[in-house]
Amino acid sequence: MTIDPRNARPSAAFPPNVIAEIQRAADQGIYEIRGLGTKRRLPSFDDLLLLGASISRYPLEGYREKCDTDVVLGTRFAAKPLELKIPVTIAGMSFGSLSANAKESIGRACSAVGTSSTTGDGGMTEEERRASKLLVYQVLPSRYGLNPRDLRRADAIEVVIGQGAKPGGGGMLLGQKISPRVAKMRTLPEGIDQRSACRHPDWTGPDDLTIKIQELREITDWQKPIYVKVGASRPFFDTQLAVKAGADVVVVDGMQGGTGATQDVFIEHVGIPTLPALRQAVDALVDLDMHRKVQLVISGGIRSGADVAKALAMGADAVSIGSAALMALGCNKPVHVADYEALGTAPGHCHHCHTGRCPVGVTTQDPVLEKRLDPEQGARWLRNYLSVMTLEAQTIARACGKTHVLNLEPEDLVATTIEAAAMAGVPLAGTNWIPGRDLR
Amino acid sequence: MQTVDLAAEGVRALNGRLHALPADTNQRVWRVTNPRGAHAVAVGLTQELEVVVEGHVGYYCAGMNEAAHVEIRGHCGWGVAENMMSGMVRVAGNASQSAGASGHGGMLVIEGDAGHRCGISMKGIDIVVGGSIGAFSAFMAQAGNLVVCGDAGENLGDSLYEADIYVRGAVASLGADCVEKEMTAADREKVAALLARAGISADAASFRRYGSARTLYNFHVDHADSY
Amino acid sequence: MCGIVGLFLKNPVLRPDLGRHVSAMLAGMTDRGPDSAGIAVYHRPAGEGACKLTLHHADPAHDWSALAGAIAQAFGCEVDAEVRANHAVLVADAGEAALRDWLAAEAPDVRVMGYGQLMEVYKEMGLPADVLRRHGIPAMAGTHAIGHTRMATESIVTTEHSHPFTAAADMCLVHNGSLSNHNRLRAFLRRRGERFETDNDSEVAARYFAWRMREGASLEEAMEAGLRDLDGFYTFAMGTREGFAVLRDGIACKPAVLAETDDWVAMASEYRAIADLPGVEDATIWEPKPAVVYTWKLD
Repeated sequence: MTIDPRNARPSAAFPPNVIAEIQRAADQGIYEIRGLGTKRRLPSFDDLLLLGASISRYPLEGYREKCDTDVVLGTRFAAKPLELKIPVTIAGMSFGSLSANAKESIGRACSAVGTSSTTGDGGMTEEERRASKLLVYQVLPSRYGLNPRDLRRADAIEVVIGQGAKPGGGGMLLGQKISPRVAKMRTLPEGIDQRSACRHPDWTGPDDLTIKIQELREITDWQKPIYVKVGASRPFFDTQLAVKAGADVVVVDGMQGGTGATQDVFIEHVGIPTLPALRQAVDALVDLDMHRKVQLVISGGIRSGADVAKALAMGADAVSIGSAALMALGCNKPVHVADYEALGTAPGHCHHCHTGRCPVGVTTQDPVLEKRLDPEQGARWLRNYLSVMTLEAQTIARACGKTHVLNLEPEDLVATTIEAAAMAGVPLAGTNWIPGRDLR
Repeated sequence: MQTVDLAAEGVRALNGRLHALPADTNQRVWRVTNPRGAHAVAVGLTQELEVVVEGHVGYYCAGMNEAAHVEIRGHCGWGVAENMMSGMVRVAGNASQSAGASGHGGMLVIEGDAGHRCGISMKGIDIVVGGSIGAFSAFMAQAGNLVVCGDAGENLGDSLYEADIYVRGAVASLGADCVEKEMTAADREKVAALLARAGISADAASFRRYGSARTLYNFHVDHADSY
Repeated sequence: MCGIVGLFLKNPVLRPDLGRHVSAMLAGMTDRGPDSAGIAVYHRPAGEGACKLTLHHADPAHDWSALAGAIAQAFGCEVDAEVRANHAVLVADAGEAALRDWLAAEAPDVRVMGYGQLMEVYKEMGLPADVLRRHGIPAMAGTHAIGHTRMATESIVTTEHSHPFTAAADMCLVHNGSLSNHNRLRAFLRRRGERFETDNDSEVAARYFAWRMREGASLEEAMEAGLRDLDGFYTFAMGTREGFAVLRDGIACKPAVLAETDDWVAMASEYRAIADLPGVEDATIWEPKPAVVYTWKLD
């Protein structure tokens, strides 16, 4: 039976997926929870282009005409800043959300390419500390697993106010992933749905954050850089406040940033995209004359060396990847397709990290599924991907005449849409027009 | 005994000296004078030291303490003994907010009153309070024991996990999923032992016990009001 | 975010040293607020029927005596002007509302920082110790003072964005925290005749209390109403003719310490601001409860 063409008009307000969600909510009485980041199309790095060499600007050859990629994070106060070989780091993702094999793969890959990985909302695992030469240790509102011994053996400390997927929200891990090991690390009963705090227990606000940062420095004898991470909401103010509170490094995570489990409405409707977040964070540092003195790491939907080059051109010191790193490890790979189908999804569409049934062994605590990710193979994949990103960024930077990727600047960029031009603060291609510039 | 005038030397110097002590040090007893509300005094200790602070301190005194015995002969600001792992921290006066926040072990004794959020996010620490505690205490308290000889403020044990709370006085109100539970002989023994270790005398049998009803452990729409 | 302090001297013997003590308290809160500082000092009552205004002009070379002369002529009264850096304290034998209206019309680039019988308000960008010194605060005598050091959160750092915000005659407010519904409240108050100088959330709180009191509420009633109408996190300290008041919101995530002896009552964001007051070793020290209005009044 075919539908009468007069009834075939699709509804923008109530398309089939929205109707299905309303009926699911009616059935289950709970909000939808899922993993990864926003799926919306937003103004992004895809709407920016770089201006390669021309008659007025000359490119570098490859090989001996070097384009360097090293960056130092944490030069402001720390005795031992982090020296990275590439301007791409791995963002905080918890053991618990990720499998132990995934954390180990990440650690090994980072050591191989000379960058840092980050613990998450569950504390530091031995695997990760052993595997990763440079490990950033998160201090989150939940304080799961936080302890001074791990604080001292970390290479940097990241005070987390929020993440891009849910600025204002706390961590979430559902019962199916609270395995015995995870439960023990987090001091929780096995199999319960973890409820997490969204504010830190012993400080609120930048004036008290100042004192907290001081305490963390005192505990670690002023050796380690202190990062402050925010989900992008009001990044201009937040960046300035992080600087005033004493941060060495500011990490800003745009709404494309992923999560292991969060309410869908939170992911899709709270926070701002990475593009304007980056612009505002850089403006904030420039306004305080702290650009390059307090380093800025941007994350949220970074996917390729082109994204890296554009982010650096806009003023970031480095980028951080989360979802993309997991994809390098196999997230959404078209293997074990029947297991995707059992989850009600398919490769390329899966966001089911929260179920703990990850078909490729990345975001699971199930011992059978976890074996599907071999840490050595995973490390090789991620290392390759990071190398490719770096080569891509270098290729672009050389074409723009740069001997160092950090010499990319906003004037190397144009935008292809008015929204992106306004959000990124770069001209619309072919014009001198930056929409909204006067109102900034 | 080592005496450090905090007003003259500063917090960073004090903590530096304490952290640098070798494992076989014989400088185990320290006296800190003129704290005048300074923050982060005696934080991150790792050895069996005895540190007495003569006066009032600011935030995070004895933060992340391991093994040491820290005594504050005065009042303290926010987060005293926050994230403590082991050892003993004693406050002779009153503690401000978030006392013992996210503590994993050891004992925190507050002889006076504690402010709001006492024992917030506690993960195994034992906290004994001679006086009363403020609102939102034991918020999301996961493990450990909170013993209060006085009264407890509003919303005690809001979103409680597995920590045990014992209060001798009145409880202004209970938080989500926190309920009164039976005081068994084992509870009385436990409370008596905690009070003895804290050096606070009170009749264990006069305490009432509060714990998690565990209805929020897995989400159910019928409990949506609690969120 | 910020540091706030308040000092109320019960014992007249200490009053010549008010400025010295409160300046030390405020400088002690510099870490919480390096951007700007402000203080309201209650002293030197203007005579019966007279009014004291604290004025500010961006130009350090502003001709205050000319302004004083113009006011004297317009109102047919004596006008005294005392200049302190960018501020000037004018005492005039005239009504405060009329004076303020005149200034708004005739000297719109002069900013009115405070007005009343007793209160003088000084606020400026810069480190607290510098701001205090430039205006001669440490040498001042008086009965009580409230002060503020600012770390700007969502609005910019300027003189007018600094606290205290004057709400009414002899009444001002300092705030540590962050309101979350101040924008709609600002529009509401504007429609009811309040004039705003900034987009600052703290200014909204000050004018909200002023509006409530204009509508007949006592200070305590206005602050109780604030618990319902103001959303967000706050510790407020209000200076009034007779003393001061302190209020924390119901969730109480911003700090506040109170200390009292027979000679004084002090309030601060952190104890270390209070630590050097005379007799502090014997002070009762406590934390104000959330959602409770505390007031102290001169006898």
